[in-house]
Amino acid sequence: MSATTTPVKKHNGPRESLFSRAGAMLVMAICTFYFLVPIWWLFVAATKDRADFTTSAPLWFADFNLIENIGNLAAYRDGVFFRWMLNSVLYAGAGAAIATLFATMMGYALAKYSFRGRETLFNVVLGGVLVPATALALPLFLVFSQVGATNTFWSVFLPSIVSPFGVYLARIYATSSVPDELVEAARIDGSGEVRTFFTVATRLMTPAMVTIFLFQFVTIWNNFFLPLIMLRDEKLFPVTLGLYIWNSQVSQIPEIRAYVIIGALLSIIPLIIAFLSLQRFWRSGLGTGAIK
Amino acid sequence: MANRIARAGGALVLVSALALSACSTGASTDGGTDAAACAPSDGPVTLSFTTWLPGMEDAVAIWNEANPDIQVEVQTGPNGNGGTYNNFFNQIEAGNAPDLGQIEYDALPNFRVQDGVVNIADCAGVLDAQDQFIDWTWSQVTFGEENAVYAVPQDTGPEGLFYRADLFENAGIAIPTTWAEFEEAAKAVRAEGGYITNFSQSDINAFAGLVWQADGQWFKNDGEAWDVTLDSPESIMVAEYWQNLIDQDLVAVLPPWTDEWNNGYNSGDVWSWVSAVWGANTITSGAPDTAGNWAVAQMPQWNEGESAAGNWGGSSTAVLKGSEHPYEAAQFALWLNTDPEALSSMNKTANIYPATKTGGDLPAFSEGLDFYGGQNIYDVFAAAGAEVNPNFTWGPTMTQTYTDVADGFSAAISGSGTLSEALTNGQQKTIDAMKAAAIAVNE
Repeated sequence: MSATTTPVKKHNGPRESLFSRAGAMLVMAICTFYFLVPIWWLFVAATKDRADFTTSAPLWFADFNLIENIGNLAAYRDGVFFRWMLNSVLYAGAGAAIATLFATMMGYALAKYSFRGRETLFNVVLGGVLVPATALALPLFLVFSQVGATNTFWSVFLPSIVSPFGVYLARIYATSSVPDELVEAARIDGSGEVRTFFTVATRLMTPAMVTIFLFQFVTIWNNFFLPLIMLRDEKLFPVTLGLYIWNSQVSQIPEIRAYVIIGALLSIIPLIIAFLSLQRFWRSGLGTGAIK
Repeated sequence: MANRIARAGGALVLVSALALSACSTGASTDGGTDAAACAPSDGPVTLSFTTWLPGMEDAVAIWNEANPDIQVEVQTGPNGNGGTYNNFFNQIEAGNAPDLGQIEYDALPNFRVQDGVVNIADCAGVLDAQDQFIDWTWSQVTFGEENAVYAVPQDTGPEGLFYRADLFENAGIAIPTTWAEFEEAAKAVRAEGGYITNFSQSDINAFAGLVWQADGQWFKNDGEAWDVTLDSPESIMVAEYWQNLIDQDLVAVLPPWTDEWNNGYNSGDVWSWVSAVWGANTITSGAPDTAGNWAVAQMPQWNEGESAAGNWGGSSTAVLKGSEHPYEAAQFALWLNTDPEALSSMNKTANIYPATKTGGDLPAFSEGLDFYGGQNIYDVFAAAGAEVNPNFTWGPTMTQTYTDVADGFSAAISGSGTLSEALTNGQQKTIDAMKAAAIAVNE
């Protein structure tokens, strides 16, 4: 596989031996199996009622009760679970959209305009990539406490709309995919800078934007620590926090376990949808970069 | 007994002395100034209350209906060690903690040492409520201090012996009443191909319950500093007893709260469980195939003819530092944990077993349960609750202690070291952790 680093065209290159292809397939098959088993277990477990859950084989179906389980979940505590799902979609969807816009604008600006302190600014942003979000949760809590905004929608939403990694990606991508001549041409034709950005640059940068959006969507969706620290009102919880809290109550209320499992299954569906519907942009983007 | 209480009283004074630097102002409010602080507020107030009991809204709705001027808002979070205690400390630091919070007994000393809870002794009715609560729960919330109440007891976990009545009967094995008989019974059960029980390697608070039953202590406060006695003679005796059972392969060592563990009970491989009253639901849920075959007896005794009991779990409702309405908060906490309607509601939604002396009389506890062959198991637990040693003291760093001892126990289960060594190591690590937190320790 390392042979691909030589700049030979693919079809002319030496064919890999059957052995090495089989080996690669085997490694991939094992990885796929390894990644899919937990999801398979989750799906199977979500179809079982409480008695079957402990008594039947963990990786195969007993009586199929998926619909009933979803019904029970919807009925438990007035369907608060679906409110959490909605919250997560809102935090992650709107947050990722705004984060994508900001990151793209900044990345484009850093790539296409030269100004004093450009590299310093970029390095500061890069530094932000290195700081884990978990480490920022507590300082953010104290800051939001100062303005009395903890336990609000904004306390989780506002920190989600910045993405240093997105800025980095957008700058790299804008440098290589938005030609200076094109921007120049737009200027000559009388287009303002903002208009150029929205009508020309964003089209060329779509693959990068999709990537940023997906990364940020997943990051926000999985962000657990920040909501854990910020939120106390059940109505504001994202689904990750809600399920975690339910799971921590299992020793008190054993039947909650079934809700945690079915809830966990439902909670990954939006992520799957986001990936499936956006991955074609993503793939074309990576491909474009590779050919260059 | 009197001697112990006197010592506990001394411990209280020391706790104030141990408070971190930030506490110096708090310590002074322990005295007379609290009376002024605990006057009723003018006009209507809204209290926030963070708890992880599911369905608390139902109980609170009853209160809100009857008290239009003191409205309570329920907020929630994960169980204490799962994040809510950390949140409380962060919120206290930031000055926006809820007025009321749920705190388990084993975490309360930590809040006391860090001055996170308000002394509500001067709030009307609080001291008078002492008689309503089971004695040991009251000493958990007062630490034996004079004129001090740091929380209102909510629920308890008196322990008993859950056992498979059918299996014991068919095998002709008598239900053990002492730990010596328990070992003999364990051999007989093993000969039948089962395990008498499972030794939990990670539920250190359950192990503490066993030490508690044996009249052992893990922590003590002499007014100046803490004594850490995880390796006290009673504690080592209990550890060696279980080590012996483990060495002889007489007990299962399944990791608790897993499917494997549920299945051990559900399949009849494991015959009994020394657990708290709330364990009744755990079995019902985890071992559905065994319905009707379980029963509950008093837990085995170290000395024949005694009736000592341990306790596993239990929470209190505390007024957190920074609350502007301690009077109203205290009134609500008292009502929540003594009013029969509120207790019934919490029992229904969260299976709590009340800390009041009359809590066992609730209708929910007066009936036999089909899962337990029609036995009214709550009679056993009510009797056990009255026998729990009132002087057991938790330390100020229990989260760390649990983790370190659990690491040692897991290692012992897999054959490296013993339970006693795990306690001795946990002892040293606890002392180190307390020193690191600037808490005075006697070595």
